[in-house]
Amino acid sequence: MDSQFITLFLNAIVAGLLLGGFYAALSVGISISFGMLDIVNIAHPAFIILGSYATFLIFTYLGLDPILAVFIVVPVFFALGLVVYNVYYHSFEKHGSEPLRGLAFFFGLLFIIEVTIVLTAGVDYRTVATSYTDTTLKLGPVDLPLRLVVPFAISMLMVLGIRWFLSKTYFGRAVSAVAQDSMALQLMGVNPVKVKSYAFAISIVTAGVGGALLIIIQSVQPSMGRDYIGLVFAICVLGGLGSVYGTLVGAFILGIAETFTATFAGPSWAPAVSFGLLLLTLAFRPSGIFGR
Amino acid sequence: MSVVTRILSFLLFLIPLTVLGQAQTKPPIRIGMGMALTGSLAANGKAALVSMQIWAEDVNARGGLLGRKVELISYDDQSSPAAVPGIYTKLLDVDKVDLVVSGYATNMIAPAMPTIMQKKMLFMGLFGLAVNTNFSYDRYFGIQPHGENAAVDMSQGFFDAAMSINPKPKTIAIVGADAEYPAAAMVGARETIKKLGMKIVYDKTYPPNTTDFSPVVRAIQATTPNVVFVASYPPDTVGMIRAANEVGLKTKVFGGGMIGLGTAAVKKQLGPLLNGILGYELYAPEPSIKFPNVEKFLVKYQARADKEGIDPLGYYLPPYAYAIMEIIAEAVDKTQGLDQKALADYIHSHTFSTVVGDVTFASNGEWKKGRSLWVQYRGVTGNDIDQFRKPGKAVVIQPAYLKSGELRYPYSDVRN
Repeated sequence: MDSQFITLFLNAIVAGLLLGGFYAALSVGISISFGMLDIVNIAHPAFIILGSYATFLIFTYLGLDPILAVFIVVPVFFALGLVVYNVYYHSFEKHGSEPLRGLAFFFGLLFIIEVTIVLTAGVDYRTVATSYTDTTLKLGPVDLPLRLVVPFAISMLMVLGIRWFLSKTYFGRAVSAVAQDSMALQLMGVNPVKVKSYAFAISIVTAGVGGALLIIIQSVQPSMGRDYIGLVFAICVLGGLGSVYGTLVGAFILGIAETFTATFAGPSWAPAVSFGLLLLTLAFRPSGIFGR
Repeated sequence: MSVVTRILSFLLFLIPLTVLGQAQTKPPIRIGMGMALTGSLAANGKAALVSMQIWAEDVNARGGLLGRKVELISYDDQSSPAAVPGIYTKLLDVDKVDLVVSGYATNMIAPAMPTIMQKKMLFMGLFGLAVNTNFSYDRYFGIQPHGENAAVDMSQGFFDAAMSINPKPKTIAIVGADAEYPAAAMVGARETIKKLGMKIVYDKTYPPNTTDFSPVVRAIQATTPNVVFVASYPPDTVGMIRAANEVGLKTKVFGGGMIGLGTAAVKKQLGPLLNGILGYELYAPEPSIKFPNVEKFLVKYQARADKEGIDPLGYYLPPYAYAIMEIIAEAVDKTQGLDQKALADYIHSHTFSTVVGDVTFASNGEWKKGRSLWVQYRGVTGNDIDQFRKPGKAVVIQPAYLKSGELRYPYSDVRN
């Protein structure tokens, strides 16, 4: 193997991991809402873009770096998640009419968010220019652009933190329980609606943080969320809906598949390879890699 | 006087007022369009609509057209080609508009063409690349200044500039998005490359929603091309240039049909990363560029831009959106009517003096002679867009008769 091939190979792996790490931040909320809570939040990508615009506004008017903006985005999106879930619960879930009408509700929410952004922030592309955006570290032959390294690091902290929270804390185990048997949870004196509302709010928080990371990587415009719908669902299904580790592994697989295809075969093949891998996985494991 | 007589007298009094009122309030001339106000094309779509509204205000302030006020009717096409045929059907069959213009970009113009052709309407296209090649519709006119053979001519200036370096480049990489415009631009580029006898060492496309372009640029770098030609939409343009910077792309000339370079948002994002890029602009405040009244229009446009949330500079598309309407206005005025054939014949046979300079159309509706400005960005510091309001940041390299400087190369050196 010549040195050029090794350089391309190593960079493809590293770029794939960095990209996959970022994709995990975009997808983990879907895994929680669809996989654990049975809430068909198809508006999740719109919340991601809302997170990007919130970060943009904080950056523009308060001068805070996107990393610091996350500390404002988190409580705001948590509150937003609580409000959205309560509207959804009282309008649909409470009456047992959530599957199709709930889908329509979140689909409508997607458009409302998009139009709200258009009306308040305009239609032009928005971005933030941080001190690290155009800096690239070199590790031997491998390039480490901070534009991707920073979102990767924050994403890992968030995803692994959520995994720890769900598996090690009382509340986290209650979230897992509500997905399996909410009646049993109720019999144990826990209010499943409250558990679901907090868990849903956490999923919206992940969208907000994902949006903050997205605007570090590239510029955003109001309808951009649609571009990510296919990708985030593919990652969650590949990893297994409801599994945080599964989401992480699925994101890494699709990230590496994308960079390898772009490097060695041609970027236009990347979606075909990614979705081919998804189909292949589902043929052998219909519930995804970590699905039960 | 009885009650009946009083009523009759009152009605008789009303008749002349009504007749007089009808004469004074002629129905407006209605101009319809679908325009991207949401979705990925909205940034340019909304800027185009604002420019057309400025024109409508200007023309109405002068008394309108044919003594009638002008009214614009627009619908949001959501940047979705699927929505376009329905919008134009509604404009023509329900709203009964007198004239139509296109929405922004190739993807939105092409789907409107069958409906427009069926109704035999004059159709002014706003930035479509070689749309009429497959339709050959004699009432279509495109305002983008690419030239008669648009797909080929649009990148001619890039290749003229690239071939001016010493020694002449021998190898080239071409890459573009999987979409209508980049596909047409790449077809044109390949034709020119063949004529020039250059060797294509990389020729690939990428999906439009690509997030990270560094693997693409590394693959290009591995082929060591002398020239890299990119045909991209704004987000990809930014991604590709950032990736070139991250990877440290080594080539002599880097640029191409990278849409977005002309907009303030992209300029602001990229800042100094623009240095060395050979891209195309449609207006640049260089001493060699003097279009009558363009500055006057830009003052009006820029005053509104912030409030409307659109491109604050307005150098790329807005003057051309205004120019489309100027051309329609002159044709209506000179033919003294709204007969679509007469209007098309007039536009075919005359040269128009507009805010973007003189415009003459070829038989296929494209500009008879192309005039895309191939500029090299230089001396850009920081991300402040005000620096682009002054000369020297986007130096015109081609066409030769408008040039304000020579191409500097290799890109890898000029970039730093």
